[in-house]
Amino acid sequence: MATKRTIEVELSTSGLDREGRPQRVPIVTSGGAAVALEAPPSLEPDLGGEHMLINIGPQHPATHGVLRLVLELDGETVVRCIPHVGYLHCGFEKIGEYRQYNQIIPWTDREDYLNCIGNNIAFSLGAERLFGIEITPRCTVLRVMAMELSRIASHLVWMGTTGIDIGAYTPFLWSFQERENIYNLLEGWFGARLTTSGSRVGGMAADIPDKWLEGLNGFLYSFPKTLDECDRMLTRNAIWVGRTIGLGVMGPEEALNYGLSGPMVRASGVAYDVRRDFPYLDYETYDFEVPVGNQGDVYDRYLVRMEEMRQSVRILEQAVKRLPDGPVNVDDPRVILPPKHKATSEMESMIHHFKNVMEGPRPPIGETYVAVEAPKGEKGYYFVSDGTSKPARWRIRPPSFVNLSAIPKMVEGHLLSDVIAINASIDIVMGEIDR
Amino acid sequence: MVHTFSLLLQVADSQLPPTTGVFVIASIIKMLVMFTLVMVTVAYTTFAERRISAWIQDRHGPNRVGPWGLFQVLADGVKNFMKEETYPADAHKVLFMLAPALAFVPAMLTWAVIPFASPLPTPWGRIDMVVADLPVGFLFTLAISSLGVYGLTLAGWSSNNKYALLGGLRASAQMVSYEIAMGMSTVCVLLLAGNVHLSEIITQQVTMGWNVLLLSVAFFLFIIAAFAETNRVPFDLPESESELVAGYHTEYSAMKFSMFPISEYANMITAGAMLSTLFLGGWDIPFTTWDNLPPFTVLKTLLTFGFFAAKVVFWLFFFIWIRWTLPRFRYDQLMSLGWKLMLPIALAYVALIATVVVVLDKAGIVRGHMFGLILFGINIVSVAALFFWLDRGRMVSPAYSRLNRAGVDQLRAVAPRRSTLKGPGA
Repeated sequence: MATKRTIEVELSTSGLDREGRPQRVPIVTSGGAAVALEAPPSLEPDLGGEHMLINIGPQHPATHGVLRLVLELDGETVVRCIPHVGYLHCGFEKIGEYRQYNQIIPWTDREDYLNCIGNNIAFSLGAERLFGIEITPRCTVLRVMAMELSRIASHLVWMGTTGIDIGAYTPFLWSFQERENIYNLLEGWFGARLTTSGSRVGGMAADIPDKWLEGLNGFLYSFPKTLDECDRMLTRNAIWVGRTIGLGVMGPEEALNYGLSGPMVRASGVAYDVRRDFPYLDYETYDFEVPVGNQGDVYDRYLVRMEEMRQSVRILEQAVKRLPDGPVNVDDPRVILPPKHKATSEMESMIHHFKNVMEGPRPPIGETYVAVEAPKGEKGYYFVSDGTSKPARWRIRPPSFVNLSAIPKMVEGHLLSDVIAINASIDIVMGEIDR
Repeated sequence: MVHTFSLLLQVADSQLPPTTGVFVIASIIKMLVMFTLVMVTVAYTTFAERRISAWIQDRHGPNRVGPWGLFQVLADGVKNFMKEETYPADAHKVLFMLAPALAFVPAMLTWAVIPFASPLPTPWGRIDMVVADLPVGFLFTLAISSLGVYGLTLAGWSSNNKYALLGGLRASAQMVSYEIAMGMSTVCVLLLAGNVHLSEIITQQVTMGWNVLLLSVAFFLFIIAAFAETNRVPFDLPESESELVAGYHTEYSAMKFSMFPISEYANMITAGAMLSTLFLGGWDIPFTTWDNLPPFTVLKTLLTFGFFAAKVVFWLFFFIWIRWTLPRFRYDQLMSLGWKLMLPIALAYVALIATVVVVLDKAGIVRGHMFGLILFGINIVSVAALFFWLDRGRMVSPAYSRLNRAGVDQLRAVAPRRSTLKGPGA
């Protein structure tokens, strides 16, 4: 009996498969050229067919950036899936070693570009821990607001694109309208819509403008309605349910073993939320719930994210009520610039300004890791300081990257259409994965 | 010459069929008019699709070219003609060029047999408002619309592109499967009419009532099959732009590409016309028999045409509305829906209707209003039974707004178990 013709590939072994044989991982050569060594022994009757190697990405409407999935298909069933990353590698972490702390903040915009302000704030939190700075109460609440707005914006993009991937186009535009509202708010606050670069070590780039809270209240009034509409379009739609239930199932142990975090691990039934379990800012004082799924499939991830948006609205409502007056930036001359009018009129302030800008703030020698609950999961920043104004090392723990690592496991045996749905459910941003 | 021509056009009784010469000339005129009409409708359906989708999605849609953006279709047409034609390196040239035509022609051909208005009286005789009043009109429609699949499959195969190939494969499997369910669902209509002549089917609906009320199950099955036949959401798997880039027409450009959307929209119009003819009484004006009885007048022709057009436009809107509301099926779901659900239901329904028709005929009930009323009663019962069986607490229940564990678990319980598909070595 003829064995199935497999796809020939350059070989590199890595690990063992389930039966303990060395697993052959194909690396498709840069020319996209094909192909394999020997077929895995098949117990099924050979129908004389061939497997097809198909590229999903790096240029494909459904890969959410430049992810490339090389799929080996038997008919439309996925036999193997090899994700390729790196098409968007920019070297943020290395560049960071040549930048002062505040100068790195714009780079954090560009990793998870759907959660810019969240990254800015997470970075600032890490730097502040390194400096030993305690931020002001007003700044704390403002940061919570910014992070939750950012979480909603990111989840909205996820909802819209997942809808498109599964064929429902309309929720995409509805969700993007609300996202526009969020970006209008961010623009009013930081002057930029997407790449906000909104936070600084020890505070924020700016306080919220007048009447900004009215705008936020307007959003908090309109957004749940839009969310309900999208809910009505999808949640109990027979086709939607049929397309998402039982797909890409990850059990709780598996999810933990793969190091998944965020909605991915919560959908699998593990109630892990950094905001609740390792509180930062003042999340421990907010009243919110951590939604948890019980099946770990695409539908559970959908439900979990939908509920997270509602919980974010709850947190925002509480934050608006408790927002205290007072300064936004800490009163710490090491990191904060003097007021501009003083810098232009007083010699001491001018020197202070000059030193802070040209040399930059210098944290003590040490290292720190700070993790926040980003929309996509646990986002961590690791810093090593050698006492200079630039970090000796700066590393990111991108949730998308870790979550994506589970995709070959999740799509195996599913159909081609399911690959798209599962990929959408991971909610990846390639900027963060490739860094 | 002049003499022959005047012989051809000799004045006749306006209520009687015309002579052969007049028939030929009238047919040519009808062909030209219908072709133009369908093409213009196709163009403006694309425009309507964009405007309606914009309306559904809180956008503006194309509104710049001409008043209310009405000339957008002309701009698009010009653009499509001006664009560069591209040919993939290893494509099968002949089939690659032939495929768009193969998709386009059947979509237009079907229109030949659809009656679109009551007969028009002219000085040269009564002209039937159908291009070709074939006695086997309905069978012709089924036969021709099945041919459309060749265009899609060959387009997918000849492109030498994996996405296109998958799209073509999906198209062939899908259209072949749903052709059967579609045929079965219409057998009920034929049982009632006792004829495959489309004009006769309209007459039957005039006497008994519209089939949508008498044969609702067949009607629903036909709608679903029509969506699948036209490759519209939720059955747009051959295209499925999020999975297969653009499916079977990934490699096409310019006018060759444009032929596929044109054939899709032409198919939509045909499906709308078939739905109207088979189930909504064709050009019949409801609640009156004035339009169906001689003497035929020009006014009657115009009014009935208006009603027919309104019905078709309604179906076009319905197609568009569904497209921007629902997600897409998966391939295995599509197949199981077609073969495991629709086909058995259609067969059972044919058996039911056949039994009812035989029993009623034996009981000596004339095929008229009484006959229709009894069928209507049976129809209500069967629709209710089918609906509650299909629903099982899923669709009727109000839409959920919150993550509710009990509700979700209930959903999971009724969701179909997917077959465990395993690749070799798994």
